[in-house]
Amino acid sequence: MTEHIVSPKLYVGIFFSLMVFTLLTVFAATRDFGRWNIVIALVIATFKASLVILFFMHGKYSARRTKLVIVAGFFWLAIMLGLTLADYSTRHAEPSRTQLSNPPSSLQIRS
Amino acid sequence: MHRTGELFGQFQTLEQQKETATLGMWVFLVTEILFFGGMFLAYSINRHAYSTAFGIGGNMLDLKLGAANTIVLILSSLTMAMAVWSATTSRKSLVTIFLILTLILGCVFLGVKVVEYKQKYDHHLIPGNNFDISYCVKNRSAICGTPEELGKEATEIEEGLKVDPDLNAHSQLYFSLYFAMTGLHALHMIIGAGLLLFLIAQASKGRFDANYNTPVENIGLYWHFVDIVWIYLFPLLYLINRHLA
Repeated sequence: MTEHIVSPKLYVGIFFSLMVFTLLTVFAATRDFGRWNIVIALVIATFKASLVILFFMHGKYSARRTKLVIVAGFFWLAIMLGLTLADYSTRHAEPSRTQLSNPPSSLQIRS
Repeated sequence: MHRTGELFGQFQTLEQQKETATLGMWVFLVTEILFFGGMFLAYSINRHAYSTAFGIGGNMLDLKLGAANTIVLILSSLTMAMAVWSATTSRKSLVTIFLILTLILGCVFLGVKVVEYKQKYDHHLIPGNNFDISYCVKNRSAICGTPEELGKEATEIEEGLKVDPDLNAHSQLYFSLYFAMTGLHALHMIIGAGLLLFLIAQASKGRFDANYNTPVENIGLYWHFVDIVWIYLFPLLYLINRHLA
């Protein structure tokens, strides 16, 4: 595999699409999409990050071994975020205030 | 130090040598992804738990400055990519010019960040004893914005207090995370600026060409990575609750 030289034209093109998506995300933020606002913001951010990695960082043209490392990095990030958030968002074990004021005897701290 | 792009004994071809350097840089960047990932995780969990306070905190950031900084940083990524391109095509004088442009844009970003931090200081939004989420609303001072904006902010805080009585503490948590994340990002920018100074000194001596450009490429990767972190910080910190403001 010989070294791939990306043309300046493509770089400028990528830059302008990054600009367009920046404006788009700012615009989308001013509209009320309910719970979708955060999803839209993150999808656009991920798309922009992918453009930067693939073209500015030459991810698209790098050796397969390097690609594997890049993907692995984000895979581990996904594990960290995914599993931790899955835990936090499904835990309902926190006692409510009424329970706290009158805890069952099994939970009372013996001094 | 070998700086001429000659082949080291442990490699078979120059290409393999280059690939190895790129691979090593990416392994480092993966550790950086996970390093910042921890902060993003802390942010997500707390945002999930105290969404009202985090929304109010986010709406107090200056959207115009944040968006302008995003544009500046992406532009600096373009000039960095162009510097790498100039090096790989042996356009020696262009390398220096693009690196200097990148450094200037990086400094503009940091300058805007200083203005933003100063604003937060004036608005009593630095976590600590003097932190007060309703300082601007209480004092109605002109540095905080127009009376109209302050009116909106007042209703927002009033509504927020109904949902979350500990609004002040929880929005302080938002600003702690804001300063930790943008501060860590700014620290990376400062380190990047130092690396760029080194590159500019080397490039002005005509060190980088088609045969030897690994430092430009790898510092370029670092610079783009810092850009990516901001691409996520901007929507997460500045944008998510704007539609409610």
